[in-house]
Amino acid sequence: MMAQEGSKPKGPGPGAEPATDPSVDPAEVERFAAFAERWWDRHGAFRALHALNPVRIAYVRDALLAGREPGARAEGAAALKPLTGLRLLDVGCGGGLMAEPLCRLGADVVAIDAAEANVRAARHHAEEQGLAIDYRHATAEALAADGERFDAVLALEIVEHVADLDAFAEACASLIKPGGTFVVATLNRTLAAYALAIVAGERILGWLPAGSHDWSRFVRPAEMVRLLRRRGLTVADMRGMVYNPLAGGWTTSPNLSVNYIVHARKPDT
Amino acid sequence: MAAAEAGERIDADVVIAGGGLVGLTLGVALAGAGIETAVVDGTPPAAMKDAAFDGRVSSIALGSRRVLDGIGLWPALADDAQPILEIRVSDGEVPLFLHYDHKDVGDDPLGYIVENRNIRAALLERAATLAALRHLAPASVEALEPAAGGIEARLADGRCVRARLAVAADGATSGLRAAAGIETVRWSYEQTGIVCTVLHEKPHRGIAHERFLPAGPFAILPMTGDRSSLVWTERAALAPALMDASPEVFARELGARFGDFLGALEPTGPRWSYPLRLTHAKRYVAPRLALAGDAAHAIHPLAGQGFNLGIRDAAVLAELVVDRARLGLDIGGDDVLTHYQRRRRFDSVVLIGVTDGLNRLFSNDNQGLRLVRDVGLAAVNEMPPVKRFFMRHAMGLAGDLPRLARGEPL
Repeated sequence: MMAQEGSKPKGPGPGAEPATDPSVDPAEVERFAAFAERWWDRHGAFRALHALNPVRIAYVRDALLAGREPGARAEGAAALKPLTGLRLLDVGCGGGLMAEPLCRLGADVVAIDAAEANVRAARHHAEEQGLAIDYRHATAEALAADGERFDAVLALEIVEHVADLDAFAEACASLIKPGGTFVVATLNRTLAAYALAIVAGERILGWLPAGSHDWSRFVRPAEMVRLLRRRGLTVADMRGMVYNPLAGGWTTSPNLSVNYIVHARKPDT
Repeated sequence: MAAAEAGERIDADVVIAGGGLVGLTLGVALAGAGIETAVVDGTPPAAMKDAAFDGRVSSIALGSRRVLDGIGLWPALADDAQPILEIRVSDGEVPLFLHYDHKDVGDDPLGYIVENRNIRAALLERAATLAALRHLAPASVEALEPAAGGIEARLADGRCVRARLAVAADGATSGLRAAAGIETVRWSYEQTGIVCTVLHEKPHRGIAHERFLPAGPFAILPMTGDRSSLVWTERAALAPALMDASPEVFARELGARFGDFLGALEPTGPRWSYPLRLTHAKRYVAPRLALAGDAAHAIHPLAGQGFNLGIRDAAVLAELVVDRARLGLDIGGDDVLTHYQRRRRFDSVVLIGVTDGLNRLFSNDNQGLRLVRDVGLAAVNEMPPVKRFFMRHAMGLAGDLPRLARGEPL
């Protein structure tokens, strides 16, 4: 039932702007500021992503720290910047809901989105927060073609919106340094996911705009594993993310039937 | 200390206005977890350690001791802390109606009595060892202003502190609370709290006494050695005469209320007096601002819960902030503030109700009320589950406890 940190939404965002235009139009800036506010309104259109965020961030953080010795954990202020020294790529960054926390945790973050409105809104918000995040209006394929390399690539709540999954996975895999990490979160193609994400999430609860999801693009965990293996990646962990209505929050779970998250490693050589 | 440079900007995660017991406790908790914290304090640190600065003692409930342990303060306090093993509550002349014994709930004492100056000294000592804590003293926050992605505290000396969250721990008369437009509910008890230390001939054996006299509660709190701290509530009109009385007259008046069960008494050191009033903030939060300690809730001191409430404020706020910082989330957003208010306000309201109700019930000599309350106290004493409930609450072990109060790391 989570969604669309990626190329959507197309509707509510300000119109696209030629990326090369150097002039600054105050009215434009205001529009992007307003759009950023929509992304960051915890009770607004993206509230479902805000609710899911803590469990996703914790998963990504722990996946990136998994290989480290517990003794090597820093003390004091450095303990709050455990990702220092890691260069990350957030694909389909939306308003920057993942990019900002990861930057605060010390990572060097490049964040891309296919929708320019998202990129500009995210950039506006990060500047206000005093965070140096390298936002780009670009695709994973374009970065791969440029020969960029990262310690980790994140594709969270994005693959269900991707038209050519094989090409997307190929590009992401080539962006990862040897020994690096790929984290993917998406929706399973089950009846439960249909009921929860589309019927409940979009139509009944209105957590997401109707039409956010196309069930046929949801990916089964077994398909995900095959997809990653074909790119030479080894799945290290896969788990579900479930909403607990009593506690009002999301937790990880062995139940993969709706939302799930996976991290895979690229071999060292 | 380097001279303050006007216009200098200090960057922090959290700025705390007020470096009293609660403000510094919060500062130490946050900085210990790596949160960059600036504590702005009007009092020069040297003056705070002086006995004449504050002669009061604080009762530290078991839950609060765990918090202080968790933030590395307890080792420095343990030697100066007198364990409370029993509490005896009585109504005027009637000798014993309610008796709390720590053995009824476990091996730990019910709580501890510690002198405020010792708590301050331990806090300052610990603060000095924390790289993430900046103690700006003497200095004061003149105004809080919204800033992009945060809040800015403008100091009277021209400096400013930019942070993501501000905390007003500036006491019952909090100026920042008023400036944020937060209203309070307040009333005066028309009572004055007189505080002094008494040396006594016989050991107190760790027993605290709470006597409800017609003028108000009279508490005898055991201190280390053969000493006790008195919290003597008196009608506001009579208090000045007692404060000005000669040592002989004061000792006689004191003896008449204290009794001779600990042998000869000798008041020692200065006397202090504090007007007793209740101040409760209608909201504990405003955008990027949280109230803590007396700025949020200044309650009647009869149950000795004021500092305990403040410690719980600090423990809850530190937990909310640290949990978000560990995920790289905004530590001063409405998510933190809403949770803080939800978790703290109920606890305070319960205590305000209990302390206010007890004070009103007991601070008089009405025969009918006396019968009701004595029957009530005796009944509580005969109902172990009810008694244990009250004890667990007084020990700071009831309700939705922060990790630190459960004895877990922050």
